[in-house]
Amino acid sequence: MVKGRALAPVPSVAALLRGSRRRWHEEGIKGVLFLCALLSVVVTLSIVIVLATETARFFAHVPVWDFLFGRRWTPLLEPRSFGVLPLVGGTMLIVAGAGLIGVPIGLASAVHLSEYASARARSIIKPVLEILAGIPTVVYGYFALTFITPLLRGVVPSTGVFNAASASIVVGIMILPMVASLCDDALRAVPDALRQGAYAVGATPFEVSTRIVIPGALSGIMASFVLAMSRAVGETMAVTIAAGATPNLTLNPLESVQTMTAYIVQVSLGDTPAGTVEYQTIFAVGALLFLITLAANVGAHRILKRFREVYE
Amino acid sequence: MSGMLEPPPTLLRRRRRSRLFRLLCLATTWFSLFVLVVLLVHATREGLPWLDVQFLTDFPSRFAERAGIKSALVGTLWVISFTAAISVPLGVAAAVYLEEYARKRPVNTIIEVSIANLAGVPSIVYGMLGLVLFVRWLALGRSVIAGALTMTLLILPTMIIAAREALRAVPGSIRRGSYALGATQWQTIRHHVIPAALPGILTGTILGLSRAIGETAPLVMIGALTYVAFVPEGPMDAFTALPIQIFNWVSRPQPEFHQLAAAGILVLLAALLAMNAAAVFIRQRSQRNRA
Amino acid sequence: MTEPALTADTANDVPILEARNVTISYGDKPAIREVNVRIPERRITAIIGPSGCGKSTLIRQFNRMNDFILSARLEGQILYRGVDLYGPRVDAVEVRRRIGMVFQKPNPFPKSILRNVAWGPQINGFKGDLHELVESALRKAALWDEVKDRLNESALSLSGGQQQRLCIARALALQPEIVLMDEPASALDPVSTSRIEDLLFELRERYTIVIVTHNMQQAARVSDYTAFLDTGKLVEFGETDQVFTRPKEKRTEDYVSGRFG
Repeated sequence: MVKGRALAPVPSVAALLRGSRRRWHEEGIKGVLFLCALLSVVVTLSIVIVLATETARFFAHVPVWDFLFGRRWTPLLEPRSFGVLPLVGGTMLIVAGAGLIGVPIGLASAVHLSEYASARARSIIKPVLEILAGIPTVVYGYFALTFITPLLRGVVPSTGVFNAASASIVVGIMILPMVASLCDDALRAVPDALRQGAYAVGATPFEVSTRIVIPGALSGIMASFVLAMSRAVGETMAVTIAAGATPNLTLNPLESVQTMTAYIVQVSLGDTPAGTVEYQTIFAVGALLFLITLAANVGAHRILKRFREVYE
Repeated sequence: MSGMLEPPPTLLRRRRRSRLFRLLCLATTWFSLFVLVVLLVHATREGLPWLDVQFLTDFPSRFAERAGIKSALVGTLWVISFTAAISVPLGVAAAVYLEEYARKRPVNTIIEVSIANLAGVPSIVYGMLGLVLFVRWLALGRSVIAGALTMTLLILPTMIIAAREALRAVPGSIRRGSYALGATQWQTIRHHVIPAALPGILTGTILGLSRAIGETAPLVMIGALTYVAFVPEGPMDAFTALPIQIFNWVSRPQPEFHQLAAAGILVLLAALLAMNAAAVFIRQRSQRNRA
Repeated sequence: MTEPALTADTANDVPILEARNVTISYGDKPAIREVNVRIPERRITAIIGPSGCGKSTLIRQFNRMNDFILSARLEGQILYRGVDLYGPRVDAVEVRRRIGMVFQKPNPFPKSILRNVAWGPQINGFKGDLHELVESALRKAALWDEVKDRLNESALSLSGGQQQRLCIARALALQPEIVLMDEPASALDPVSTSRIEDLLFELRERYTIVIVTHNMQQAARVSDYTAFLDTGKLVEFGETDQVFTRPKEKRTEDYVSGRFG
């Protein structure tokens, strides 16, 4: 018999009911954990509140219409103008360029990974993509400015020292792993039976990929494009370093442009006192940025939810 | 008779197209490797000559030959340490709640949606939040702790998602065995579930922190200084960080500073490499123990 | 159909665990229907029946493990020495301390052998000599001699049969009154199985054992009483000898003679 036990195996009713103190302890812990989880909601609300209040103050000075549709952005110089289109244009120019590079290459890489690559090739390529994805954006900015821009200027001498093209290229490289990874998952979700059926009627691998597999993963692929674009919109340091600080509404990628994110960085680096209109421009632009990325992320989610192919 | 054995011309064309397509896909895949190599070679060629002990122990300077990243390195260490100390418990706690306790109730759905959305918010927005919330409202100033708190918010969604996956991977049989011995839910989680999920939680933490090390925009927004000739000595001190120093150097027109930036990049990449290697090591060791 | 026997005939056998009019449903689907059974104390009671008949569901109800299945609903009462285990203020954690369970697939914790056995008593406030407790439990589970030199090694380094005996030791360390076993040997090889069956004979002196098994020969070898369940209903309950050699119900006879199941 074991000595000194505090547990008497006598099943009296009282013994079975004992434990209300323990119950409080358990509920307390659950409460603390719940609060930690609730923090994410608090953060979301905080972002919305912070952006909204400062933006509201901004719109007390500047009419909404002028902001959204004005074509001159000179908030720091006289005469002041608060038309945000050049910033949006700069962002979209770079995002479009990044998409032109990142999307096709990412998708093709994903097709290769899921349809053609051997296990050994996969074991090399997947880590390479992860490494590319993990490289900080300052490094890409450096690469754009010191390698790609000189290269471009060698080919097209009229290219500016700061230009949208090299920023686009590196942002494209940045979103490439994301596209490749998400598309890879989507393509692999297509059941093999579909492929085998197509091969059995004599289709070539190209036809199987483009007529059967890609359409069979279309929702995931589309969602990955949207998510990658959203990421490109939010990209900050690479475009700040490489694309420049001149708000410029243009379609010419060889010119310098300023994105929404680069503008925010520019102002933050300076000494802008709180409460001024300049300070509020940060939040107005930031709010616009937030809304664009939110719309894109929600859109991607919707695409997945509504069009997701269900394979049993 | 031989005509029957020759493939029709359309098939030949289709086959050729298929082969071209395959080559194209192959090329794009190796493109990534090519880009990575070019990037690394370029940075190494530019930066390696400037990388010496003096570089690591000097403060930044107007003179490129005397400039170093000491303040940036120490600043990064301070910020990352505090970020880790805050974000790990918060992230694990939130993940434990969501995986082990939460039932299907509206508030829990809202929490999950929030986390998913926060994961997609650009990092600079977190900087804005940090500026208003920590620097001004909580009056923490442009300090290490304000930076760490901002970074925590940034990487928290990633940490929570990674921790949840780690918890989910713990087999239900362990939980059942624990409950059958008369353990409470928290005892089961604390003594069995979290220890079993620890390797996954650690790798998730390392990956989250390696993202934090490279992030510049949020720190710029909360006012990390770009030219700092001192090291922080407490959480309320001003600071700079490695990526900010690199950004500062790249932004200068002189090519020597670009090369300094490359040297800083090499240090940053080395740190990232070390962290990711640690994560891979932990993952492999835990898989071996489980076998 | 005649009323199945609820109790054993011998006056010495006091029921320690009782199911009264128990119906257990998952959502709308009943898995156990109006079962009445009294488990006698310090005897081995086997629950047999074809797969899907609800044996595991019933045994899990005894120690409130069905609490973790959200859709599970109980009607009727589960009584432990006359106390309704599902009463409003009964603490399930205390219930499980007194009614232990061993699972079909051995599930030792990924910790040392010592920690596996010692953990349960420790979290329940045990303040005595841990080593003595562990040795006693391991001896009772007939595992001590095999592991006494490697108590600090991982439990996962043991063989399947040893792991299951470790799980039994783990359950015994809490000194429960009842040990529930859900097909404890079905995942093991024949040698380990027979060692566990030998173990059960020894444990009978101190513990009440309820064992679910789909192996009829095992039930016949090991148990004192047998309950035969089919599609959620208790068909027959009685002394094992009688149930197997002179079953009162036709269905019982069909099952034990292998005509179905």
